[in-house]
Amino acid sequence: MAKVKEKPYFGRAMKRVEDPRLIKGIATYVDDIDLVGMLHAAILRSPHAHARVSSIDTEAAKSHPGVVRVLTGADVNPHCGTIPCASPLPGQNSPDHTVLAGDRVYFVGHPVVVVVAKDKYAARDALDLIEVDYDPLEAVIDPERALEKDSPLTHPDLGTNHAFTWSVGDDPTKLLEQADHIIKVRMVHQRLTPMAIEPRGCVASWDEGQGFLTLWTSTQVPHLVRTLLPGLVGAEENKTRIIAPEVGGGFGSKLQVYAEEVLACHLSRRLGAPVKWIEGRRENAAATIHGRDQIGTYEVGVKKDGTVLAVRSHTIADLGSYLQLLTPAVPTLTGLMLGGCYKIKGVRMDVVGVHTNKMATDAYRGAGRPEAAYAIERLMDIVADELGLDPVAVRLKNMPKPREFPFNTATGLTYDSGNYQRALKEAQRLAGWNALLKQRDRARKAGRLFGVGVSTYVEICALGPSKIMAAGGWEWGSVKIELSGKVTIATGVTPHGQGQETSFAQIAADRLSIPIDDITIYSGDTATSHFGRDTYGSRATALGGTAIVLSIDKVIEKGKAIAALLLQSKPKKMEFKAGSFFVKGRKRNALGWAEIATEAYIAKNIPAGFEPGLEASSFFEPPNCTYPFGTHIVAVEIDRDTGQVKILKYVAVDDCGKQVNPLLVEGQVQGGVLQAIGHALMEQTVYDESGQLLTGEFMDYPLPRASDAPEYVIGSTETPSPSNPLGVKGVGEAGTIGATPAVANAVIDALSPLGVRHVDIPLTPERVWRVIQAAESHPPVSLMVPDEDRKGGRK
Amino acid sequence: MIPAAFDYERPESLDEALRLLAEHGEDAKVLAGGHSLLPAMKLRLAQPGVVIDIGRIDALRSISKQGRRIALGALATHYEIESSKLLTDKCPLLPEVAAQIGDVQIRNRGTIGGSLVHADPAADWPAAILALDAEMEIAGRDGIRTVAAKDFFVNMMETAVKPSEILVSITVPVTRKGVAYAKFAQKASGFAIAGAAVWIEGRRVAVGITGVAARAYRAAGVEAALGGRRSLKAAAIEEASRHVADNVEPLGDIHASAEFRAHLARVYTVRALEMAISRK
Repeated sequence: MAKVKEKPYFGRAMKRVEDPRLIKGIATYVDDIDLVGMLHAAILRSPHAHARVSSIDTEAAKSHPGVVRVLTGADVNPHCGTIPCASPLPGQNSPDHTVLAGDRVYFVGHPVVVVVAKDKYAARDALDLIEVDYDPLEAVIDPERALEKDSPLTHPDLGTNHAFTWSVGDDPTKLLEQADHIIKVRMVHQRLTPMAIEPRGCVASWDEGQGFLTLWTSTQVPHLVRTLLPGLVGAEENKTRIIAPEVGGGFGSKLQVYAEEVLACHLSRRLGAPVKWIEGRRENAAATIHGRDQIGTYEVGVKKDGTVLAVRSHTIADLGSYLQLLTPAVPTLTGLMLGGCYKIKGVRMDVVGVHTNKMATDAYRGAGRPEAAYAIERLMDIVADELGLDPVAVRLKNMPKPREFPFNTATGLTYDSGNYQRALKEAQRLAGWNALLKQRDRARKAGRLFGVGVSTYVEICALGPSKIMAAGGWEWGSVKIELSGKVTIATGVTPHGQGQETSFAQIAADRLSIPIDDITIYSGDTATSHFGRDTYGSRATALGGTAIVLSIDKVIEKGKAIAALLLQSKPKKMEFKAGSFFVKGRKRNALGWAEIATEAYIAKNIPAGFEPGLEASSFFEPPNCTYPFGTHIVAVEIDRDTGQVKILKYVAVDDCGKQVNPLLVEGQVQGGVLQAIGHALMEQTVYDESGQLLTGEFMDYPLPRASDAPEYVIGSTETPSPSNPLGVKGVGEAGTIGATPAVANAVIDALSPLGVRHVDIPLTPERVWRVIQAAESHPPVSLMVPDEDRKGGRK
Repeated sequence: MIPAAFDYERPESLDEALRLLAEHGEDAKVLAGGHSLLPAMKLRLAQPGVVIDIGRIDALRSISKQGRRIALGALATHYEIESSKLLTDKCPLLPEVAAQIGDVQIRNRGTIGGSLVHADPAADWPAAILALDAEMEIAGRDGIRTVAAKDFFVNMMETAVKPSEILVSITVPVTRKGVAYAKFAQKASGFAIAGAAVWIEGRRVAVGITGVAARAYRAAGVEAALGGRRSLKAAAIEEASRHVADNVEPLGDIHASAEFRAHLARVYTVRALEMAISRK
């Protein structure tokens, strides 16, 4: 093995080792998998948001050339379990989620009939030959209306649209009474469609002889699928292998066990052949989970000097018709993080989950935390506006000091480490803060709508300790020194674009003191990554990376024992340094990994009672989550005539603890920020009053493009996390959490000279234009609750 | 996203294409660049039995000067128009429009003729074609007939081209100066929510509007208010542009309400007029 003399890999901005195969188009995605005798499934979906299915005629489809089988819910559902929700809340009132629709359909895109054919064209053509008679029923679309007594019902057999009420935090009434002012505001957080560029898809292959199920699926969570899916199709966990090949984007939308995955497995078993199903774009928009979709009212009790005493929120979360894996958990994360990076004594959130005739909402990049960060960061600006204070000063006044960490929040979390002031200061420095404000003043004097927005966010990552997770929050990894001295590492996390094939190799190369090219990282296949809890919630490096480090340390210990025998010394006297094992003080007789590994596998000269081989695996159970944070600063100008927002400056300072690979960190930040720009300015999933999806393709759903990306100024601060030995925190979602409120705050700051206090996102040209029109003809409205309207008066 | 089954024909000449069209009648669709037809087929909104691909008929591709006019073959791609030196020199409005269509991939494949015949109410070309008083040459089995641009756009997705005919070329006058196109693009698709093409020559003002109504139109109210004036002052432009949506019913959808569309039509008419004046 070559000696490593360069500086450590950890902390180096390296290009991704996975990129060449992706760029060259030689990587294997699900749709590239082609098995002998493979059949193709296509799914007929409901065109109605809510209807009774009175009859289904599949005769013509069955006789279409190439068609093998046509099955309805009545054929399939009795043989399959229902789709799981892994995060039910106490007292939750939700329907069973069958694989195909039964006698009713509950959302546009609800699967009704499946056709299996010899090729995908015959399967698709046969869909057009199926006759389904629907009796349309009134659809529940507006979640607030859904809670009214006379509302139609999403699921009539449940007798209510109310799924749950969940609360966090103590009642802050007393604190609100002590406040000098109460500010009250209602904010609608729109529904978003994740739109991963690769839609979902899977290939299921049931081996009848071995009773063995293999499923290739475009998922973030093969291990969770292996835990949850076998029982739904009568397979055994130990005879089920789940493989996530290359995955073209997930963003949370592939953190699921989907009906189509269960269906494909059932069909393969039933028909005795592999079955492939690939989702189309319109199916993806309609029947892959959506994100966000909350309506909140917020009361903020604040002292004259800007000290925020309490925040109380009543939030309605639109769950859609069915619960997917984490649907109820998402708004609970909003509640837990509602206090943001501030010392607020009272934080209370009551969440009412509501069923509507739409696709389920679930975890979309950020998953509940963008909603929290948006709410609290908007509220901080509103407080500043109402009290006539500087929004940065209000933030600084309410932040905990660095020495106050670990910091306990009113919602029961313990923020592991932080220095919020430092990130804010760094962002101001990079933004040229004072000059930027002067530029704004000059622009305003000239009658232009110029705004500067700040958000100082904190998020919760590296989920997390098993006691707070539905099914284990640990992570696993294994390290094997091969006989050749090459190193094979398996991780239980499932990277799908984050780049851990590179960053984990960086971590391991340093720890083992070997060249990075000698390391291979396995992931995404439950047959080689024996345990895992996969990739979501920005957890992979903090947890999966640490599990690898723990394994390496075990391997080094074993190496020392072997080396001691070979060098006729004792393990206690051995040292491992720069890739060599040697007796302390006697470096001349050092042994390298290849020599130790050879001995370990040839096994003629190993310590008594030692097992041959040189490998180890570890589970890492974190003591706490991590809490990355940062400050984003945005400058915008609004075209008064069109309402169009132009981003003039974008500064992001993120503190994700130690950075393994700053290039990957920057990539995650840039991608997240652009997604958040879409979130703040463009995107909204739209259903019409009858529940038709109007944003079912890229012609109508505006994902931001390269031309929408501003020139980023990206910086960072480094506050290591004490929650793991690497000191890392996670950065996969930081952009979507910190950036949305920063952009919104900038736009609303630009409108503030007109007396505007709040506008809901997305801040589309028409919405902004209408606000300008209204503001020019109406006096500004304060969001402060007048003293006479405050219950119990002021104390 | 798989189209229904269809037969595919690839004629080598215009005559052969017309013969195939006559043979298959309304069951056939003509394929040029495929950037309108193929998406519609993939969504099964269009299910022609026969697709007649005219893409290899090179005679329909050229861009050439013919006296005081310029002829564009219907198969000229948006990119060929955008990058044509002849057009940049003699009819810069067309490259200006082309550069604002879709993205690079779309411009590489999509054709002016295909776009015009598709007659999407939000397409970019119709505004310019109307403003320039283009003439459309349409081939049928009986020969070629010429239709003025103002008579070409019949309704949403409907033009003067009959099912048995093929649009073969578009001719426009040489117009080096006083032209401009400005549009407000729909964020997702890039199509025009409101687009205004302007040609000012002497005291004559022509304004073509796309995206606003079911079909592209000439803004007669604006033209009347500004025509005949020796100089066009900002106030007059502002005032005249208020008439941009007179006598049309503005469309409304999730991307822009009818009211906002009409407003944007006014804003972009002003912008296009100002640009055109600056280029006189």
